[in-house]
Amino acid sequence: MSIKAEHLTYVYGQGTAFEQYALRDVNFEIPHGQFVGLIGHTGSGKSTLIQHLNGLMKPTGGTVCYDGTDIHGEGYNLKELRSKVGLVFQYPEHQLFEIDVFSDVCFGPRNLGLEKDEVEERAKAALEQVGLEEKYWKQSPFELSGGQKRRVAIAGVLAMNPKVLILDEPTAGLDPKGRDEILDEISQLHDDRKMSIILVSHSMEDVARYADRLMVMNHGEKAFDGPPREVFGHYRELESMGLAAPQVTYIVHGLREHGVPLDSSITTVEEARDAIVNLLKPGKDGI
Amino acid sequence: MGIIRTSRLIFDYIRRDEEENVEEVNRAIDNLNVDIEKGSFVAVLGHNGSGKSTFAKQLNGILTPTEGTVWVSGMDTSDENSIWEIRKRAGMVFQNPDNQIIGNVVEEDVGFGPENMGVPPEDIWRRVDESLKAVGMTAYRYKSPNKLSGGQKQRVAIAGVMAMRPECIVLDEPTAMLDPNGRKEVIKTVRELNRREGITVLLITHYMEEVIFADRVIVMDDGRLVMDGTPREIFSRVEELKSYRLDVPQVTELAHELKQTGIPVPAGILTKEELMKCLLPLFAERFPGKVTE
Repeated sequence: MSIKAEHLTYVYGQGTAFEQYALRDVNFEIPHGQFVGLIGHTGSGKSTLIQHLNGLMKPTGGTVCYDGTDIHGEGYNLKELRSKVGLVFQYPEHQLFEIDVFSDVCFGPRNLGLEKDEVEERAKAALEQVGLEEKYWKQSPFELSGGQKRRVAIAGVLAMNPKVLILDEPTAGLDPKGRDEILDEISQLHDDRKMSIILVSHSMEDVARYADRLMVMNHGEKAFDGPPREVFGHYRELESMGLAAPQVTYIVHGLREHGVPLDSSITTVEEARDAIVNLLKPGKDGI
Repeated sequence: MGIIRTSRLIFDYIRRDEEENVEEVNRAIDNLNVDIEKGSFVAVLGHNGSGKSTFAKQLNGILTPTEGTVWVSGMDTSDENSIWEIRKRAGMVFQNPDNQIIGNVVEEDVGFGPENMGVPPEDIWRRVDESLKAVGMTAYRYKSPNKLSGGQKQRVAIAGVMAMRPECIVLDEPTAMLDPNGRKEVIKTVRELNRREGITVLLITHYMEEVIFADRVIVMDDGRLVMDGTPREIFSRVEELKSYRLDVPQVTELAHELKQTGIPVPAGILTKEELMKCLLPLFAERFPGKVTE
């Protein structure tokens, strides 16, 4: 499913003294299967934007189209859209409520009115996909660790078989290993199920590693849009927006200022290592 | 003896059924012995479920030991008569700023603690002034906390703790919900309180970049203390940290990876400047005249 936003605008308290633009003339197109990182400081409009993408909020101006159809057009089935566009909120584990893990994951597909077998099939597949071992399935979700709870919550959305998965800071509050595990699983989903992923994150290191494309929001407007290596090249502008580039980017730029011929678009530890090794040990890889 | 000391501290979370029979015992802290020096900045690392937060809650008597003892400024936290005094000495700041702010106006929120302690009004205002100044939020004193950014809210929460004139502040993942700027703001504030006011700081975090300034880093795993040292010592042990589900800052990681390939880089590099200082001479030798040290 391709997503297209045209002149998307949202105003809080329109016509009152407290009028405030949360989104202002935002335009983009996300072809199916892309992995997009969405970054921006707190209050930049990221959350407002993603809530427009599954019709939870209605734009005050402009349109959101899926496969060319306006989702707020007459007769559009928003309920069906929401089963195709899965939204995982921040701290999704706060939304767990069932008596055991398996029932919690079944809740979504059961509400779609599917047969019991199909519901269970989907729940099983979703739990396996997020890497939660079977021994936990009959446990209360409240007895699991933070990372496990979050996996259950993500599985609950996956069981709806969405085509697009939007995650709002899925790694907040997790330990480093937990962060890597969740992100690896999301990346796996992207590859296996050919899903489009929109990942909202405050970790520049994470989006640099996983996303094909970065969109940067600032004061309700889209400030940058492009591959991570290109966007992080604007690190000075990013800083003025309350963001930053990955630490590696700063090292590379620091070395370049002293004349080291490194590629300015390096954004990950692996890329930096390989580039530095190539320069310092030529011949090792036949260069 | 330091400002905080624990001796053979054990804490069990006990689950009981309706008849109060013990159903399950979960040992969150297992024989922990720590001694924290007054005025130091100590970072506590550990994966989710390693016992960090349970440990933090022992330090102002929100939880009390199942076995063993915790002393704060020489007072035993199990002694009910000292509990209020202990809470004045050791303040806490939690992860979610929205759960910690109660006042409608910033200055009222900051004054809440001392007011509850029965401090005379003129004294309360003096403390509010000082605390807001210490966290750099004086300009916002008449604002509504709702209008502040996440980082600013956390600074107000810290000011609220400062107004109680604590000797020690325990921060449990204060930056987990903040954006990069908010994170920087909060860490800078905490470092300044430590340096300028001599407040002992215990910072629990999952962000490895935030602990490189600490005097000491302790790592917890399964309720036990498994590593203890300066940031440089701790971050030199990259593989060991990873075995505890932790990580190192990207700079340290890059330095470690380069070292593995045989490039002469020392272990435990913590900052961009340090790494550049060891790499530039190598590049200068390799590209004479082109690269300046």
